[in-house]
Amino acid sequence: MSLDKETVRKVASLAHIKMTDEELDKYGPQLNNIVGFIEQLSEVDTDNVEPLPSPVDIPLKLRKDEVTDGGYPEDVLANAPEALESFYVVPKVIE
Amino acid sequence: MTELTHMTIAEALKGLENKDFTSVELTQAHIGAIENTRHLNVFVTETPELALKQAAESDKRRTAGDAGLLDGIPLAIKDLFCTKDVQTTAGSHILEGFVPTYESTVTTNLFRDGAVMLGKTNLDEFAMGSSNTTSFFGNVINPWKNQSNPDADLVPGGSSGGSSAAVAARIALGATGTDTGGSIRQPAAFTGTVGVKPTYGRCSRWGTVAFASSLDQAGAFARTVEDSALLLQSMSGHDPMDSTSADKNVPDWASTLQGDIKGMKIGIPKEYRMDGMPDEIEQLWQKGIEWMKDAGAEIIDVSLPHTKYALPAYYIIAPAEASTNLSRYDGVRYGLRVEGENLRDTYESTRAEGFGDEVKRRIMIGTYVLSAGYYDAYYMKAQKVRRLILQDFEKAYEQCDALLTPTAPSAAFAIGEKEDDQIKMYLNDIFTVPANLAGLPGLSVPAGLDKDGLPLGLQILGKAWDEETIFRVGNKIEQAANFTAIPEMVMQKAA
Repeated sequence: MSLDKETVRKVASLAHIKMTDEELDKYGPQLNNIVGFIEQLSEVDTDNVEPLPSPVDIPLKLRKDEVTDGGYPEDVLANAPEALESFYVVPKVIE
Repeated sequence: MTELTHMTIAEALKGLENKDFTSVELTQAHIGAIENTRHLNVFVTETPELALKQAAESDKRRTAGDAGLLDGIPLAIKDLFCTKDVQTTAGSHILEGFVPTYESTVTTNLFRDGAVMLGKTNLDEFAMGSSNTTSFFGNVINPWKNQSNPDADLVPGGSSGGSSAAVAARIALGATGTDTGGSIRQPAAFTGTVGVKPTYGRCSRWGTVAFASSLDQAGAFARTVEDSALLLQSMSGHDPMDSTSADKNVPDWASTLQGDIKGMKIGIPKEYRMDGMPDEIEQLWQKGIEWMKDAGAEIIDVSLPHTKYALPAYYIIAPAEASTNLSRYDGVRYGLRVEGENLRDTYESTRAEGFGDEVKRRIMIGTYVLSAGYYDAYYMKAQKVRRLILQDFEKAYEQCDALLTPTAPSAAFAIGEKEDDQIKMYLNDIFTVPANLAGLPGLSVPAGLDKDGLPLGLQILGKAWDEETIFRVGNKIEQAANFTAIPEMVMQKAA
């Protein structure tokens, strides 16, 4: 499986990273090199093997469903590139 | 008296307790050393004023008889741990200027025990790298030099390269790191320092900038096994803010690491003999095996048959988790914003300018392996292989108590080497990645110098939650290796 330029363009778009044509040409072969490497896994027989999403078996704890945090909007917004009152400001999305 | 910057943490604690010196004096000595080694580019942010303030408070606590486990000890903190009111960058342009309004659990624990923070150490961008050459804030230079090529600057390993260089250059008594695929153990091996990655879940991940959440684990750098145990004890513990943090008792590892290893079974995995590995590393491994026998341990040959598939599985799982975790950098809530023509263009332009090459590559690989039509072929497949790798370890541990391997397949290399081919760089982590996939604890101990005068490390891997054994085995390696070499630049300074 090899990624052509259009696939790289689509992946960059899915990842929300703007890329010029020259960048697509640069990253394409690098990504193909990595994909070639990870495809070694197809040699491994994994029939009847359960996937392992997390390495250590820690039972998830339950706690009371109640608010335990919050109430400091100024801290939450402290690092916003642009904020107004208690809100983040983004470019206009509705015409 | 030993020079203040050359002490171990255990010695410094004794000196503080005996009133041989104060924490302010100890901290001032390190701040001076930092000023003399700025060419190594160890820190993204130095915090001398904060350090002196913390040191003065520590001295008061000690006078009042109220000193904690690490009271007054100056440490370097990897710039991946959020520190309240101190810039936290993760080595990335996209987080430049980000000043957290909260403290990570790991640093909270260290400060609870009285530690002093000298500054935030440089690292590969978002901890993605094995050479500390992907940081937006420039390369870190290893204080060690290759005697056959003394003009070349060497990498300190990665991703925790600033932390490893700080401890090796004697500008911090210890440091924090994080290890997702070897980012503590490999830089420890490259700098002649001790590096420990505990069992996944031992340290809380809360407030640590996320790379790959099912693999990321905090740990420590120090100059002795005992010091690394002290640091880890302070950093560890259950935290309700991290659902994968284990509710387990944290042992006092430093008090048990002197114990003997007579009759202990040490496994030697045959798959860790890699083609093209330098003879010196093979010889050092053999030496390690002899040291184990001399200490009364029994050597057992074991097999971890899926070892060769650990790296390819890692390069699916880690980028997949990274692409998800890093989707939060959108130019809206924190960090960089590059204004675009509309909201989407703002996202895309911000991420294009804010992320470096390696981070973009990994986000794209992660996005690709998670995309419709490829999810089963890559991501699910990798998770199945991950289980096989865990089962390999479980079977090996039916026969033995710990494993002994080399830490890395080479010594530190020159900055710029291995940059032409990503896979070459990724192979640095071939011996460290399996423990991350399986969540197991690992310790790298400096065990000798190669013919070029560069340090090499041996790695001890343990069973889940059995850090006690790896510290104990590591202590025996440390005693037998008697690694006393220090970088020439440090010796010149001391003279």
